[in-house]
Amino acid sequence: MKAAGHAAALIRVEGLHKQYETDAGPQPVLRGVDLRIDAGEFIAVMGPSGSGKSTFMNILGCLDVPTSGRYLLDGHDTSRMSADQLAQLRNRFIGFVFQGFNLLPRATLLDNVALPMLYAGRPTQERAARAQELLARVGLERYGQYLPSRISGGQQQRVAIARSLANRPKLLLADEPTGNLDTATSHDIMQLIGALNREEGTTVVLVTHETDIAHFAKRIIHFVDGKVDSDEEVGIAGQHAP
Amino acid sequence: MLANMLREAWRAMAANKLRTFLTMLGLVIGVGAVVLMLAIGQGAQTLVKEAVATMGSNLFIVLSGGTTTGGARSGSGTAPTLTLSDAQAIEELPSVAAVAPTQNGTAQLVYGASNWNSSVIGVTPSYLLVREWRLVRGQPFTDTDVRTVARVAIIGQTVARELFGSEDPVDKTIRIRNSPYVVMGVLGAKGQSFDGRDQDDTVLIPFSTAQRKLYGTSFPDSVRFMMVKAVSEDAMDRTEEGITTLLRERHRIPPGGENDFTVRNLSAAADVQAQTTRVMSIMLGAVASISLVVGGIGIMNIMLVSVTERTREIGIRMAIGARQRDILLQFLLESVIVSVVGCLIGVVLGVGGAALVSQTTEMMVVVTGAAILLSFAVAAAVGIFFGFYPARKAAGLKPIEALRYQ
Ligand SMILES: Nc1ncnc2c1ncn2[C@@H]1O[C@H](COP(=O)(O)OP(=O)(O)OP(=O)(O)O)[C@@H](O)[C@H]1O
Ligand SMILES: [Mg+2]
Repeated sequence: MKAAGHAAALIRVEGLHKQYETDAGPQPVLRGVDLRIDAGEFIAVMGPSGSGKSTFMNILGCLDVPTSGRYLLDGHDTSRMSADQLAQLRNRFIGFVFQGFNLLPRATLLDNVALPMLYAGRPTQERAARAQELLARVGLERYGQYLPSRISGGQQQRVAIARSLANRPKLLLADEPTGNLDTATSHDIMQLIGALNREEGTTVVLVTHETDIAHFAKRIIHFVDGKVDSDEEVGIAGQHAP
Repeated sequence: MLANMLREAWRAMAANKLRTFLTMLGLVIGVGAVVLMLAIGQGAQTLVKEAVATMGSNLFIVLSGGTTTGGARSGSGTAPTLTLSDAQAIEELPSVAAVAPTQNGTAQLVYGASNWNSSVIGVTPSYLLVREWRLVRGQPFTDTDVRTVARVAIIGQTVARELFGSEDPVDKTIRIRNSPYVVMGVLGAKGQSFDGRDQDDTVLIPFSTAQRKLYGTSFPDSVRFMMVKAVSEDAMDRTEEGITTLLRERHRIPPGGENDFTVRNLSAAADVQAQTTRVMSIMLGAVASISLVVGGIGIMNIMLVSVTERTREIGIRMAIGARQRDILLQFLLESVIVSVVGCLIGVVLGVGGAALVSQTTEMMVVVTGAAILLSFAVAAAVGIFFGFYPARKAAGLKPIEALRYQ
């Protein structure tokens, strides 16, 4: 376990519970999660299907709210925020990478990457320049005017990463980012995410079922039955790092 | 930001052109109908207004023969009950400005090789005063002409055009039923009357000439029809009473006996007519507006479908930081664009339809800027109003639920 310290806690989760109301009555999914994540960490979340990983990630991403418990992001109590405040928090503070890429199908790659900056109210010039720069960073600078449907899954995920970085987030959340990709492409994507963590200090939390992917991270948290089952530091030597 | 939103709205609409078109169609038809109906209503109103302006103001007509209970005039064909001296006596009433007995009919006109059929009315010089008509050329005939039963005439614009073309008619001699008449003057243009007749298709000749020479009545100095002008609008009631009392006295009708003449307030009738057309044009507009509402409901319907279809897109946008108002604005903008574009097309169709109607029918249609502006404003309002509910529904989605939507 991480040593308790207060200075750099980016995420504090205390007694987090989440239950869904289903036809068969309330179904508890998260059953008391306590966790602390410091700025700059690279965490992999693992666990059997249905153990509540995605549910947990959605709460971390301020896309969903817990049934009970506290979630402090960078010292702010998210339970006290309005929908629009949460939207702004997601916009400025958090980058998302999804398993299904989630690009807007009708927007060009450049427009997709620029979208978070649009919602942040950045000026047109800046948006265009940075979107181009981000596409170049993920090696897709020549595809700016393409629609997502014209590029491969791996390339789409690169665009999604470029988009997630648009507003220089402190936290990158990736729920099975390589779930739809082959091994080689998965490793490319993980290199990209690892580099981000190393070079810019972006805190990364990613969910994966694959051990080799998890070992890109420095800390692995196992979920079982809606609880943290194990939480350990790994690969500090960074054997997968380039 | 707005430019971007416009571009996105455009993309969303272009992605499903047929549907966008069908969505617009309701509004296109609605706006087209409103513009056309307002044009027709406005046309009718303009006609009536012109007719009122050329009818003369504060007018009565006095007809020979009483009114039966059924409303029809009795005694036509029998000897007229009014005489020229009745007319003179009415003229002496203090509230009466002028009296103009007329003798109506139609006759064949010939000038050189041209001939034309027109209404030829026998009148006294006061007729021009009563109708407030002016000459644009020449002189009116005088009481002397009436006394001497002169063969002189004043012609309307249509008659001048048909007989003389570009020639100056004044002092030329035309033949009316084969007798020569000297044209003394030409009337100004007046357009249509209430019943849609061309008021410029008229020849005025002295009353006496019409009675004795042209139409040849068996009841000389009798009058079937006269127009009376009161001195002012306030004097209308007084005048009507005055005429009735005077004529009853002169005709020695005992108290309780039926009038053998009829007095009608023409100006009041014209007001009623004007009111009727105004109401009619409002009704036309109102009925057409219903189609605007129907068009609006069509927009709402499609926008609701669109929101459902794009739930996932909304979820993605929310995840990366779109606030509720961003989503709201996005969808609102789409419905407003659809309405405004639909409205533009509708205006074009409506104006085109109005042009078609005025070309293919006798109807007068007048497209006004105000009507276009009004339907435009209404359409934009419809877009906002009916687009708001779907847009709010989109904006109110929970990010995680929208994102998970398949
Ligand atoms: N909206 C929902 N309503 C009801 N039950 C839900 C809902 N979302 C998730 N669940 C249930 O909660 C449990 C945990 O789901 P979750 O997606 O967090 O699991 P996971 O650990 O991410 O699984 P996987 O590895 O398959 O992605 C599952 O049993 C799922 O059926
Ligand atoms: Mg999951």
